[in-house]
Parts: sequence; structure tokens; C-alpha cells
Amino acid sequence: MSTRAQARLEAMAAAARRQRRLQAWLPWMVLIGAFLLWEILVEVFGISTFILPAPTDVWAAAVRWWKPLMDDSLVTLGTTLAGFALAVVGGLLLGIAIGSSTLVYKGLYPLLIAFNSIPKVAVVPVLIVWFGIGIWPAIITAFLISFFPIVVNVATGIATVEPELRDVLRALGARPVDIIRKVGLPRAMPYFFASLKVAITVAFVGAIIAESVAPNAGIGRLMMVASSRFDVPLVFAGLIVTGLMGIMLYWIAEFIERRTIGWAMRGQEQQLSTGG
Amino acid sequence: MSNAFVQIDNVAMRYGGVEGTLALEGCSLEVQQGEFVAVVGPSGCGKSTLLRLVSGLWPATDGNVLVGNKEVDGPLDLVGMAFQNPTLLPWRTILENVMLPLEIVPAHRKRLRSERAMYEAKALELLKLVGLEGFGAKQPYQLSGGMQQRTSLCRALIHEPPLLMLDEPFSALDVFTREDLWAVLQNVWMARKPTVILVTHDLREAAYLADRVLVMSARPGRIIAERRVDFPRPRTMETTFLPEFTALVADLRAYIAAARKGEEVA
Repeated sequence: MSTRAQARLEAMAAAARRQRRLQAWLPWMVLIGAFLLWEILVEVFGISTFILPAPTDVWAAAVRWWKPLMDDSLVTLGTTLAGFALAVVGGLLLGIAIGSSTLVYKGLYPLLIAFNSIPKVAVVPVLIVWFGIGIWPAIITAFLISFFPIVVNVATGIATVEPELRDVLRALGARPVDIIRKVGLPRAMPYFFASLKVAITVAFVGAIIAESVAPNAGIGRLMMVASSRFDVPLVFAGLIVTGLMGIMLYWIAEFIERRTIGWAMRGQEQQLSTGG
Repeated sequence: MSNAFVQIDNVAMRYGGVEGTLALEGCSLEVQQGEFVAVVGPSGCGKSTLLRLVSGLWPATDGNVLVGNKEVDGPLDLVGMAFQNPTLLPWRTILENVMLPLEIVPAHRKRLRSERAMYEAKALELLKLVGLEGFGAKQPYQLSGGMQQRTSLCRALIHEPPLLMLDEPFSALDVFTREDLWAVLQNVWMARKPTVILVTHDLREAAYLADRVLVMSARPGRIIAERRVDFPRPRTMETTFLPEFTALVADLRAYIAAARKGEEVA
């Protein structure tokens, strides 16, 4: 290899490394930048803490009330995960049923869509009547709100198996359950994981809605109490903690996704390393 | 009753109810055990429909389909199929893709666990036969289109099906790759002698590979002409340059040109 070619290859490798480093740091830089901007704006325009507390005020509130903040976050995390787990199990099962049977699809889909259109905040009072105030309304709301995207995605993955592949398998004597197991489910996995990332974030929304309507425990109740005391910095601390928990669970979902369905993601990796 | 392995007698196939499209009508043909038959015809004449009827994927509207002297009344479990699109499973390695039928065919799936090594050796041997030695651990996306199609061919053959159905398996490939694969397919067929029905619109492919070429009419399709191909095997690219070969291809082309105009051919 000529020295020129070698130099060029090394330069390209170095550029790719710089690109990767930038991509790793970029989210943090944007985050810090946003907080800085926020602080400066509050300072410059003299915005009252009742309207928009500065990040430093929020931090101070978070430090002062760290104990209830942590306890309530853990409660919310627990109810969210419980509802989410139910949604994963239920969503997978119903998604498989809908994706593999036209009859089930035709029969259930209108009902599902109607149900998904109902604002979940309207359901919470009913849940309270049924289950009383406690963790159950939050768990069930989280379940109801995160269940639908999972069903739709799993069903799509299973229903879109290529007809030729289906023929190949049927000509071997495959039963429908074989086709679902060998092809339908594995090929639905990328859809499934994509839906998990949506589902986990909306599950938080569901849990917090329920906690705000029926204040028993959790970050939703904490924010309701704080706002009734005009403790706006604490409300913001609650919001930020919720966002952090959302990101954390999103990352976990993404990590599992990468480990299990790497085959569906190779294109992106390549794009990332050649870009720039 | 004749002894042909595949017997199609006066079969009709209509899609979408009484008023639907008539794809096949009055279609009759026979294929002997171990014979290599190619079906050619104008596009949309029902060639692929024919394959699906024989493998029992779809029921015929009228007439009889017999395979091994038994009426076909549901998917057979002994057919190997390959299509224009390789339809490999992207989450499996090449070797795992080839071994997929063994996890499905009732006779093999019971033995697969206990005799995995033997089956794997068979799959690797088959990959070697089609020129994919050393590619077993690769993922499908790492292979070219031609190599993926070779894999698809192996998947169609791994369970040693007595009947192989090929629906334009090479039509998405470039000419050189295609001609390579003709030789590969001929090798496999000569080594194992399955009964093959190849649907294609490439007349040279039909003439190179088949013992017998059947020409279908335009829709509704039926067999309007039949040509025996007697070139000695193994045929090579040299065979395709013979004047007799060229004449055969020209004849087939004339049949199809006539069929497209809807004329009767004697």
C-alpha cells in the first residue's frame, strides 16, 4: 500500500472516531446548554419563581425535598413498570392473535381503536370506583395507555410475512403455529421493540395521570401537593425526575433491543460510521 | 391409470369467485419421476398458479391433480420450493436458513435434536455443492444476490424432497450469475434426481436445464406445445452455442409469440 493511501485511510479512521465521540457527547452538551439558556433567560428577564423557576431553584428544591421526591419516584416507577409489564404480556398475546387471524383482526380492531380513542384521564374515576384509591388505578392506567402500540406493532410484524416465504413453509407441511414461531414472531421483534420504546414512555404518562386524579402516592401526587402549595420549583423537580426515569427506561429498552435484534439494525451502524 | 409422478388432468383455476379471473382452463400435463420439466409461456399465463396447485397450496377449481398417484387435497409435506426472491430469514445465519425445513418437515423435526451433527454435515455438503463452502456462518445480508439465491436453492433441497418447484428462481440475477446457477442446478439434479418443475420465462434456461419443455397459452393457461430436449448431460455453455440449441429456442419463441396473439399452435 502506498504511503498516500495509508495516510488517507488513517485520516478517514480518525474522522470516524471524532464523529463517534461527538455523537456520544452531543446529548449531554445539548442538555447542559438548554439548562444554561434557561437559567440565563430567567435571570435576564427577572421571571418570578412562581412562573418559571430557574434550574438552580429547581435543584435547591430537589435537594431539600430529596426524600419524598425519591420515595414518590420509586412508587411511580413501580406502578409504571407493573402496568408496562402487563401491557407487554397482554400486547404480545393479543398482537399475535390479531396478526395471525383475519377473523380476530376484523372482530377486535374496531373495538380496540374505539377504546384507544377514549382519553385515559376519563377512565381513572371509574377505576377508582372499582379498585379504590391505591396503586391499582395507576397500574391499570399505565397498562391501558401502553398496551395499544404494542398490539398494533406486533400484529403488523406477524401479518406482513412474505407470501412466498409462507408458501415455502406450507409446502413443507408447516402448520400455522410453525409459521408464527419460526417466521412471524422473529420478524415482529423489531416492530415489538420499537413499540416498547413508545409504550414505556406513555406508561409513565398513564401512571402520573392516575396519581394526579386520585392522589394516593407517587410523583403525580407529589406534584399536585407541591402546586397546591405554590411550590413551583418542586413541581419542576418532579417533572425533571419523571423525564430522567423515562430516559433511563428508554435506554434499557434500547439496550435489550440491540442485544436481541442486531440483525435488523446493521444498516444504521454503517450509516453512522460513514457519515460526516 | 398412468404411472407419472405428477398428473394434472383437465385442471381449471379461477380466482375470486364465480366472476373472477380464470387463470387456468383445460390444463393437462404429466411429469415422470426424476424428470426435469420446464414450463414457459407468456407472462400472466398462470405458470405460478400451476406450481401452487401441484404443491397443494391452493385447491383447483376443477379437474384432478395427482402426485404419486394420490389426489392432492392440501399442502404436500414433501415439496421443496424456491422463488425469484430468495426470502431468507435475516436473523438466521446461512446454515440456519438452509436447515429451516428440517425444523418443519414432520419426518425430520423429531430427529433434528438428536442427530443435529449429521444434519449439519448434510447442509454443509449441500452448500459446498452450490459453491458456498465456508459461508455457513455468514448472515444473509453479507452475501450477494446470486449467493442468496444459491442458499435458497439449498433450503429447497435440504430435506431431499422428491418434488422440487422452482418459480423463476434466477430471473432477478445478472446473466453471468444466472448461467453459473444453471450449471449448479444441473449438478444438483444429476446428483439427486428429484422431479423438478421449473417455471421460467427465459427460454435458454428452459432449453439448457429441462428434459422436456412445455409451452403454455395466454390466460386462461393450458399446455399448447411440448418439446423434448435431448442434448447429452452434463450440458455446458458450449451446448447453448449449438445450432440445434438455437433452433430449439427459436421454436419455443415462435410458440410463445403465437400464444401471445392467441393463435392455435399445431
